[in-house]
Parts: sequence; structure tokens; C-alpha cells
Amino acid sequence: MSESKLDLLQGTLDLMVLQTLAAMGRLHGYGIARRIEQVSGDAVLLNQGTIYASLVRLQQRGWISAEWGTSTNNRKAKFYSITKRGRKQLSEDAAYWQRLSEVMGRVLALPEGSDNK
Amino acid sequence: MIDEVRQGFHRLRSLFRRARQDRELDAEMSAHLELAIEENLERGLSPAEARRQALVRFGGPQQVKESHREARGLPLLETLLQDFRFALRMLRRSPGFALVAIFCLTLGIGANAAVFSWMEGLLFRPYPAVAHQERLLALTGTAQADRTALSWPDFLDLQRNCKLFDAFFVSKIMGTTLSIGDRAQVATGSIVSSNYFPALGVHPILGRAFEPNEDVGRGAHPVTVISYQLWKERFAGDPQIIGKTQRMNGVLHTIIGVAPEGFYGTFVGWAMKFWVPASMEDTFEAGGYKLEDRGERWIEAYGRLKPGVSLEQAQQEVSAVAKRLETDYPATNRGHGVKLWPLWQTPFNNAGTLLPTLGIMLVVVVFVLLIACANVGNLLLVRSFARRHEITVRVAVGAGRKRLLQQLFIEGLVLSALAATGGLLIAHWSSHLLVLLLPVRNGNAMHLPGEMDWRVMALSAAVCLVSTLLFALLPAMQTSKVDLAATLRSEMAGVVHGRSKSWVRSGLVVVQVSLCFILLVGAGLLLQSLERIRSDSPGFSTQGTLVTAVNLSASGYEVQRAKSFQDELIDRVERLPGVESAALARLTPLGYGSFSSAPIVVDGYQPPPDERPSLDYNQVGPGYFATMGIPLGSGREFTRADNETAAPVAIVNETMAARYWPDKNPIGERLQVKDKWLRIVGVAKTSKYYSMREMPKPFFYVPLRQNFSVGAALNIRTKLRPQIMAGALSRELKAMDANLALYEVISLQEQLDRSTSAQKVAVTLTGVLAGLALVLAAIGLYGVMSYTVSQSTRELGLRMALGARTPELFRLVISRGLALTAGGILLGAAGALGLTRLLGYLLYKVSPRDPLAFGSAFLTLMVVSMIACFLPAWRATRVDPIVALRYE
Repeated sequence: MSESKLDLLQGTLDLMVLQTLAAMGRLHGYGIARRIEQVSGDAVLLNQGTIYASLVRLQQRGWISAEWGTSTNNRKAKFYSITKRGRKQLSEDAAYWQRLSEVMGRVLALPEGSDNK
Repeated sequence: MIDEVRQGFHRLRSLFRRARQDRELDAEMSAHLELAIEENLERGLSPAEARRQALVRFGGPQQVKESHREARGLPLLETLLQDFRFALRMLRRSPGFALVAIFCLTLGIGANAAVFSWMEGLLFRPYPAVAHQERLLALTGTAQADRTALSWPDFLDLQRNCKLFDAFFVSKIMGTTLSIGDRAQVATGSIVSSNYFPALGVHPILGRAFEPNEDVGRGAHPVTVISYQLWKERFAGDPQIIGKTQRMNGVLHTIIGVAPEGFYGTFVGWAMKFWVPASMEDTFEAGGYKLEDRGERWIEAYGRLKPGVSLEQAQQEVSAVAKRLETDYPATNRGHGVKLWPLWQTPFNNAGTLLPTLGIMLVVVVFVLLIACANVGNLLLVRSFARRHEITVRVAVGAGRKRLLQQLFIEGLVLSALAATGGLLIAHWSSHLLVLLLPVRNGNAMHLPGEMDWRVMALSAAVCLVSTLLFALLPAMQTSKVDLAATLRSEMAGVVHGRSKSWVRSGLVVVQVSLCFILLVGAGLLLQSLERIRSDSPGFSTQGTLVTAVNLSASGYEVQRAKSFQDELIDRVERLPGVESAALARLTPLGYGSFSSAPIVVDGYQPPPDERPSLDYNQVGPGYFATMGIPLGSGREFTRADNETAAPVAIVNETMAARYWPDKNPIGERLQVKDKWLRIVGVAKTSKYYSMREMPKPFFYVPLRQNFSVGAALNIRTKLRPQIMAGALSRELKAMDANLALYEVISLQEQLDRSTSAQKVAVTLTGVLAGLALVLAAIGLYGVMSYTVSQSTRELGLRMALGARTPELFRLVISRGLALTAGGILLGAAGALGLTRLLGYLLYKVSPRDPLAFGSAFLTLMVVSMIACFLPAWRATRVDPIVALRYE
């Protein structure tokens, strides 16, 4: 199990994208995808293309904005950046994930058969 | 929350910016790949490998696009729109199919919508100008099992004591003669309680409604509210009308208000021309002032429930009040109750008359709709075979079963939505159709409009949806089961007796024929009933007797003047050429109006303790029996000598004689009516009094002069036609008093026919709809047979090549068609045996299993299906064996 890559829960990709943009500033779609792969140590299963559905969703909610620009090596690409509302959403979602993972950690730490004593 | 709204808005917008957004995504994707390839090249990979890896990491471009579209747009709506556009394209490609299907459905849905609109406009919400009609109820009295009118004091007590009602109000239909300018005209109006307009929430557009005290005091308030129609037509819309006066029944009435346009009063079937307060009752009603007499039951009343009160609760409260009245006023109220009726069951106006007819119509139009659906289902089925290739391809490239069903359903919905539009138009056009089927009385056409409100629309839309499910689902189920392997095999040609999928289509035809058979039997039974009623003897002669009336009370005649007028009138009429005799009577049988009724005591007859004999009677003039053609079994007719000064006499009918004097001839016996002893001088044959379908009822007659009524009908025995008689009568009348208007002159046969107008409506509508059903069923049979023949070309060719001759092939196809019909008839006969009983009271002296009706339905269907099969059979004989065998 630990060998295979993690399947993404719904909504997690959106959170990763927001966090990436918050940390890195302005980025194009490829940049975001690469960054997530690098940070996760290639542990998440990600078809890079799936990032675009997430991007359009976030954009429609007004959490990120987009504009066409030129990359460092002079290529035309669409650049995304996080908005003020996006930052607010990110802090809310991040807090939620923290709490959830703490709780999950505690629950999973229960030894098996512990209710028998 | 705001973010979700924002997202929804963007998703909706993306529906219309699809192409642009796809282009942008394409650009973004290619930029992505280029960046990836570049990076791979920098890592030292070969160009080919760099590209391959970039593509692998990216994933399938189609899936990415699809997920992008799903994320940004409204996928459900988009596919619906796609299916919708596709459906329109398919219909345009086969306009013949589309036209036939839409035609069938339009008839089916239109018939339903029309009946809905009639039910809405006549039964459920008959008063379009009145708000919250669902809270209105009709009120009648009860005496044992009988329905009675209510008395005014009882009405006041209900109003005082019932807490669950907003209001009770009275409306009693009556008529008068309006002389406006140089034209005298009979007009229908209502005597109402003073709260009538406010209780209905109707406000006069000019002037005011009645004030609370205006229904108090005998003749104290000669005021009237006139209808919009009367104001426009007879007073030329005079804006200064308020305060002017109009003479009605001899009394000058002040016009105080004009009712709004579209308010016709509360008597379903008639448009009221004016309203007067109840205090004016004895100006318009015969029989004196009744507002203070608890025993005089004459009013028709309504109540408006408070919101949220149920009929049962209201009935309990009303019954409790009636119970109290029974103990408080035993002389007048013992054995009397009060009953509430939902508006659609109102027993005293035309709602009650039309209720059974409309109920049957509802069943009939559902049948027609089912037949239409079967037709369209069959057409779709045939077409789905023709489209097998297209559908197989779609399944092969991965169309889901659900999506396929959705698409076929949308196609059906487009058909039925178009048909529903047409159907609503049909219903709109036929909303006044019922009036055409009912008689015009005294120049006043009945007022029976259908109502097309949102409820009718919604119900029609529901019908449209349900029928779509019915006709689209079957073919859709069949189609979606497409077997890819099977379609790869060569298409096998059908066989005339083939058992494959054709059983579904045959089954549909059998169902159509059976429904059609039931309708034909129903129409046949109703037609026979109507004929029997109209040809049955009512107990008086319908030929050679005319009936009309002169409303003397409407023109203000008091008793003495009326008496001399009546004598002179009879003398003048009897002197007219062609007149054999003439006689007056308070009422003519089978007309609208109630005979007088009184408790009787019979000398030597001891009634059982629970029986208080009370009988109906008529006040008739000299020569009445001869004029009406009612035979006298024994004794004599009334003569001019039976007047106020002579000894009181009576004539009884045979039914009464048999009940009260079973063992002897009643002539010379005595009968007490209202404290007066009458000597019986004659026995008349029993006839019909209220309706043709009544059982023989005991009844008696008294001389008009001994029980005088100012208002009386005039009966004339003559061979002249009504129009000619009317001319002569008008001239006589003008010579006597120019202010009098003659009621229309009709034959007694016409009077009888009018009393059966509900039957006539039922017969006409059922007949028309059964004819429609027949056409639809014939189309269905024709369609299936032609398709079978066209699919069996090969078999037919083979048979021909093997020596079958033309007549044999002809017979083969016809017999197949007739077999379907016979199956349908068998099924239909079983259904009809169960269903025709529902015709109930509309049947008259006809058994619901009448062999003539069943037989003629059988013959009609056989002949029609023969005709429907003829063309396909003829085509079968024209098959060229060479071509047929080379087929495929």
C-alpha cells in the first residue's frame, strides 16, 4: 500500500493548488502541477491535466485569478494567482484539514481490541 | 454561499461561451505540453522521449477536456440541450412521421384539456370573478331523504350561530320582463341577501352594493344592482346610470350599482342581468311574502368557510344548528336538516345536471388519449427499427443506456409538447362548445364557459408528460436493449405471421381496438337512451300542443286584474283560427320550476305512524286536460263553473288513486289540503311531471281559480307551428296591454327535448369522441399492417413464386388484420360489460348489455378495420416476385 501512489480525495487537489499559489505567487498550470509533484515527493497520483478542472473551479468561485502572460523562456502561458478571498478560504480549509488529520491520527492510534479492557 | 452563487453564475454563462472556452483550454494545454517537453529536453532526453513522457504525465487530452467542461459548466443541462436539438433535427428529417404523431397527440391532449377546462369552469371554479372559490359551499335543506330549499328565518339562524363560516349568502334565480325604450325583454335575475356582493368579494364598478339593512322589511328597498352586460347593451353604458329607475314587476327600482365585467352571478349556466335584495322577494316570487315564514322553503344558499375548516367540521356545526331549530320550532322544522355540498356538486343549478356527463367525458377522453398514445408508440417503434443502425453505432461508441433512454424520452417530449400546445388551442376554441349543445331559452343563451387557468394548464402538462412516458418508454426500452452481435447478423426480413418483436405493436393495436370498442358501445347505449326518452310517451300528447307564458306579475298585475286578463286571453286565443283549445296552468310539466306541495289528509285513509303524506299538485284552468292531451280515466275535467264561489274540487292521478283508494273509485271522495276539504271529480292518467326518468308519482290537480296564481303558463292545442302562433299571440297581447312580453312559444315536444339536454350533451360528445377514437384506431391498424407488409416483401414474393394467387395473398393480409381487430373486440367487450354500468342514470330503458349497441359497435369496427387493411393488402398483391427475391 505504501508503495503505490495516493489517490486524491475530492477537494484536496483544490486545497493543494491554493496552497501552492499562496506559497509561490504567480504560476502557470504546468508550474503548479510540477510544484505539487515535487513537494509531495511524487507520492500523489496526478495526471497533470486534471489540474485544469481544479483551476477553472477555483477561478469561478473567485479564489484565484488568471491572466495570459509570458514565461521565463518566452512562452505564452496563462498565469494564476491567489486572491484575497482565496487566502481566506485557504486558511479555513487548512485549519479544517489540520483538525481532521489530528483526529484521524488519534483514532487510528487506538490499539486494536482496546475497548475490551 | 456567495462563492457558490458566483460559481453557479459562471457555470451558466459557460453554456454560451463553450467554443471560446474550449479554444482557451486548447491553448493552455499546448503551452503546458511545450513547457514540459522543454524541461524534459533540458534533462537530456531525446526529443521523441521528451514528448512521450510529457504526454504520459499529462494524461488523456479528451478526458482533461471533458472534466474541464464538467467543472466549468452544467453538464446535465448541456446534454439536455444537445438531445433537444437532436430531437428537432430528427423530426425535421421525417416530417410525415412527425405530423401524424403530433396530429394524434393533439387530438388526445386537446380533448383532455377541453374536458379539464369545462370541469374547472363549470364545476370547480364556476365564478371566475370570485376569489377563493375552494372555500365556497352550496347549502340545501333536507327532509328525510329528500332535498329541499331553505327558509329565510332558518338562513338567518345559520348566519347568527355558525362560527366556522365567514358568511352565508342567498341567491335565488327568478325572471322579469324589462321594458327599456321600446323593447320588452325577458331577463333573468337573482333575489339575494344584502351581503351577497361583499361575501363574494365582488365590488361594483359603478355605485355601491346592497347595504346590510336592505334585505329587511317587506318591499322596503326597491333597489337593484345591474350586470355589466345589461348596462352596456340596454343602457348603452350610460355613465350617469346610478340613481336612475327601472320598472320591474310593476315596481320602480333604483339602480344603485353596476357589477364588474365577467361577474355573472352564482347560478351555473345562466348569466344574471340584475340583482335585488331579499326584501323585494314577493315582488318577484309567487306565493306572497316569505321572509317571516319558517315553513316556506324557497331559497338557494351558499356559505364561505373560514380558511382551514373542513367540510366535515362545517357540516357538524350546521347540523347542530339544524337540530336546535328542530326542537325550537317543531311545527315547521321537525324532520328537517341542512346539508352542505362542495361547489361541484351544487344540486340546484346546472353543475349538478352536468356532473355525471362530465364525469363520463373524463373517462372517454382518457381512452382517446390512450389510443392516441398507442398510435404514437407504434410509430416510434417502427421508426426505432429503421434507426437501429444509428442506435447501434451510438451504443458501440459508448453511449450509456441511461443517456440513450434520456434522448428517446426527450424526442417524445418534443412531440408531445408541440401537441400539447395544439391541444390547449383546441381546448380554448371549444370552451364555449357546451353552450351550442344546450337550448336557448326565451332568447337567453346559457352561459357555460370553460376556464383555462393555470390549473388546467398544469394538468394538461402533466397529461403530456405521462403520455410521453407511455408512448416513448416502450420503444425506448426495446431500443436500448440493442444487441450488438445481432445487428451484425444480416437483417432478417419479417414474416406476415412472424412472432418476433411485432407482438408489441400488435398488442398496442389490440388495446386500441378494445378501447375504441368500449367507446362505441357507450355511444350506442347513450344514443339509444336518448331516442327512447324522446320517443317515450310522457303521459300527455307532445304533438299539437304549444306552451308559452305571459308574466303578469312581472308587469305588476294584482289578483283581480290578472283574473279578468286571463279570462279575456283564453277567449281571444280560442277564437284564433287553427286553435282547438287553450288552457292556463301554474306550471307545465318537464319545465324548470317546482310544483306546489302540501300535506294532505285523505278521508278514510289511516297513514302509518311515520308517514306524513305530502304531495305535489298543479293549479290548472278549465280545459287543461283536453288541451294537454292527458286522458281522464273517469270523472270530468275542470270547467269555468269551478270558480271561487263553487265547492272546492280536485282531480287525482291514477297512481294517487291506487295508493289512497285502493279498493274503490275515488270520485266523490274527499281530500284535505291546507285545512280545505276538496271533492274529487276526476281521475287522470299518470304522466311525467319533473323528468322523463321519474317513477310514477302520486299527484293531483286543483282549479286555478280556487288556488289562484298570477303567473301562469299558457297551453294551446293547435296544429299551427310555434312561430306562426307566436306572431298571432303577440298581436293579441299588444291589443290587450302593450307592456306585456310574450315568453317564447315552443311545442311540448321541444319542452321534453330540453329536459333531456344533459343526455343530448353526453350523446353528442361521446359520439364525436368515439368517432375520433375510431379514426385513430384505424390509423393504428393501417400503420401496423402496412409495416408488416413492407417487411414481408420477401415472404410474399416467395409465396407468389410458389404459386399463391393474388386473392390468397389479399386474404392472408386482411385476415391477419381482422384477427387483431377480433382480439381487440373480445377484450373490449369484456371491458365494456364491466364499464357501461357507470353510465348509470344517463341510461334510460336500455340495458348496459344491450345487444344492439354491442352488435353495431362490432360491425362498425369490423368494417372500419377492413377498410384500414385494404390498402396494405392490395399492396401485398402487387409484390413483384423477382424483385422481392432479389431483395437484399
